[in-house]
Amino acid sequence: MKKNASYEEFVKGIWRDNPVFAQVLGMCPMLAVTNSAVNAIAMGMATMFVLVGSSFLVSTFRRVIPKQVRISCFIIVIATFVTIADYTLLALVPRVHKELGAFIPLIVANCLILGRQEAFASRYPTKLAVMDALGMACGFLVALFSLGAVREILGDGALFGIRLFGESFEPWVIMILPPGGFLTLGLILLFFNWFTQKKNDFLADVAGSEGRGG
Amino acid sequence: MDNLLWIFVSALLVNNFVLAYFLGLCPFLGVSNSLETSFRLGLATTFVMLVTAVCAWFLNAFVLVHAPYLRLICFIVVIASTVQFIEMLIRKLSPALFRAMGIFLPLITTNCAILGLAIFATNRGYGFWEGVVYALGAGIGFTLALTLLAGLREESELSDVPALIRGTAMNLIVAGVLSMAFMGFAGLFSST
Repeated sequence: MKKNASYEEFVKGIWRDNPVFAQVLGMCPMLAVTNSAVNAIAMGMATMFVLVGSSFLVSTFRRVIPKQVRISCFIIVIATFVTIADYTLLALVPRVHKELGAFIPLIVANCLILGRQEAFASRYPTKLAVMDALGMACGFLVALFSLGAVREILGDGALFGIRLFGESFEPWVIMILPPGGFLTLGLILLFFNWFTQKKNDFLADVAGSEGRGG
Repeated sequence: MDNLLWIFVSALLVNNFVLAYFLGLCPFLGVSNSLETSFRLGLATTFVMLVTAVCAWFLNAFVLVHAPYLRLICFIVVIASTVQFIEMLIRKLSPALFRAMGIFLPLITTNCAILGLAIFATNRGYGFWEGVVYALGAGIGFTLALTLLAGLREESELSDVPALIRGTAMNLIVAGVLSMAFMGFAGLFSST
């Protein structure tokens, strides 16, 4: 039962409650760094580290943190983890760090992370909180990667720097520039809405025909 | 003087924080359903940006030279306390305005445009006046983008949009078109 519950917390973040597609959180890094798939993955990993780390700490100390100053406490915990991630990336992959630039420190202001601390980690036991954070971070990574891959394929004709089309392919430069980010995410959200609606229609249909049959 | 003007116009139009740097998208998408609230929120954000720019300059000049790794934590604490201070100030001076702003005041803390402003200004090594002008340009640019989208959204309420695309999907596509229009301003400086 217990294993089941934590598995449930993990899975829900990936699709049903996907932080980007379903809850529209964490949009700023989402759009800013997804002009290539590699940047998107690096950003997703950094966010995952910060989210899991701060969820673990906040949830462990949830009875110690006073209610009135909890937001400030969360922010300081998050800022500490972001500083660690920032310096680690600088040491390990300086090229990616340079491309992401100011957006790594800006993970602090990602409302997804603060939102999870406030809504989940500060109320539930450590194990569940970590699973929830992992699931949410995976969902965020999936969303970042899908947006980054679409934009790199259309805007550059490549994926991970490998050319996909022949010489005659004319890249859609607009996809790498800022407007492409807004347009692509708008269309992906449209697809997500359409898919959810189809699924609900299908479920309603099944329920309806069962009702008639019985 | 020319340099200050350039910084201002660049932050206002060419490198608009919302439409070119994707900063402050949460209020941009969340609050922009009425023109009135958008404008007020824009003004409050501009004010917090100004205070943050001044504080960031002092921190950079006197404190962070000795401990650069504390930069992020210092900035976020400054922003959080500025927002808290403004909240108390507005509540004392004008309770009516305080009620009108509601939840949006505390939410300014998690607006990444403000933290972004402090970090960009530090990375580019702006001095005191450059920082203030940059904050002013960025704040007015944020207000401009917010009110533009709010105006478009109010208009689109009246038109017949398919139910599927209503909401965030449409706002993002509208923002994409706005962002494309703002890219045109990049031509302002190419000839000089």
